[in-house]
Amino acid sequence: MNSLTWRRFGIRLRLLTPGALTLAAVFVSVVPVGLSGLPEVTPFFALMAVYHWSIYRPELLPAPVVFVLGLAQDGLTGGPLGLFALILIVVYGLVSTQRRAFLGRTFPVEWFGFSLVVLGTTMAGWLISCIYFVALVDPRPVALQGALTLVTYPCVVWIFARIARTALRRV
Amino acid sequence: MSGKVMVQRFAFVLLAAAAVVLMLLNKSNTGAVERFRTVLLDTASPVLEVLSRPAITLSRVMEEARFLVHLHDENARLREENARLKHWQATALRLQQQHVGLTALLNARVDPSSTFVSARVIGDSGGPFVRTILLNAGSRDGVVKGQAAINGDGLVGRVAEVGFRSSRILLITDLNSRVPAVLEPSRDRGVLEGDNSNALRLNYLPAGAQLSPGDRVVTSGHGGVFPAELPIGVVTSVADGAPYVQPFVQFQRLDYVRIVKHNFDHPPSRSVAAGRGRTPR
Repeated sequence: MNSLTWRRFGIRLRLLTPGALTLAAVFVSVVPVGLSGLPEVTPFFALMAVYHWSIYRPELLPAPVVFVLGLAQDGLTGGPLGLFALILIVVYGLVSTQRRAFLGRTFPVEWFGFSLVVLGTTMAGWLISCIYFVALVDPRPVALQGALTLVTYPCVVWIFARIARTALRRV
Repeated sequence: MSGKVMVQRFAFVLLAAAAVVLMLLNKSNTGAVERFRTVLLDTASPVLEVLSRPAITLSRVMEEARFLVHLHDENARLREENARLKHWQATALRLQQQHVGLTALLNARVDPSSTFVSARVIGDSGGPFVRTILLNAGSRDGVVKGQAAINGDGLVGRVAEVGFRSSRILLITDLNSRVPAVLEPSRDRGVLEGDNSNALRLNYLPAGAQLSPGDRVVTSGHGGVFPAELPIGVVTSVADGAPYVQPFVQFQRLDYVRIVKHNFDHPPSRSVAAGRGRTPR
């Protein structure tokens, strides 16, 4: 194989970065930490990834990929299959069509937009799970996860952006 | 609106609808969805196994550090506890002898024996809607749906999904968990229900049941899903309505659990511990 083919292959591989990082986010959320004193819920990392990429590179994270990653999150956490897939696909659909409102703005604007997304997904997720289980699901863990997701967003997204800047340079 | 945008919008609606259909299928407990779940679990388990190792090592190091800080106090506490336990050991030995004698005298049927499979926790749901953990043992290790999971402290949960090399445990604190239990001092029976918080509610106690904070709660063995006399927790409050029970197990710090292979003489009945939703049929 000549060097040009290899270069193209390398570029193709690097274009997978947003998808790969979102998949990593799904896995990280179910890793057992095993420390007492930490909250029992983990931040919704996949939501951060989907929100971030649907603003900056939606073409590198197509809707079917978001759907499959949502299903993976459902399967790994053991919740109703389709719940996280639905949440992620709706967020992706809304944000990627409104991305012009965020592009080129400062980070606080992006973070504010994310706070609205967290509020919406938290309430929708809680409501759907109540209907699904036909029971009043304790809203406290849901609210706690929403708060954790919002607070850790700048830090996690900074990591995403750093990795993507290196991987997607000149692509 | 251009054609491309139309196609995109259509794709969103289609995928969102697919997610809703999947949820409905999942709710109606079709075998296909369950098979999909187990395939996913088995595919992901090698990755989770690798990822969970550094996480557990880190938590061990942190625990070690905490132990070192409290070494002196811990030593004093253990000495005191040792003295108390020696006294209990003597009592237990005496009672055991008495028990063997009385059992023989009554010609009583002994409980069927149990064997164990030890498994490492490789995943923790971490989500707000369900309380489950993933283990690195599956059908190849003899794990069967419905078996009880315990650790040194007490009952952890019940096997809800089994893959070839991995399985999922529904923790007793999950919204869908129902465990037939008995209050140790009074032998009053009830059902322990989870609500996704860290405490359990003891429901369906008989009228006039006697209980007070500090009472131990153990499995009753009714319904044949769990072996009898597995420790679960202590009663913390007996305020109006159903009393709350604090489990012995610290769910945030689970690293290894044991699956109890209880050798029943007759197949377990489904009535009592079956619960709702994703539970065994």
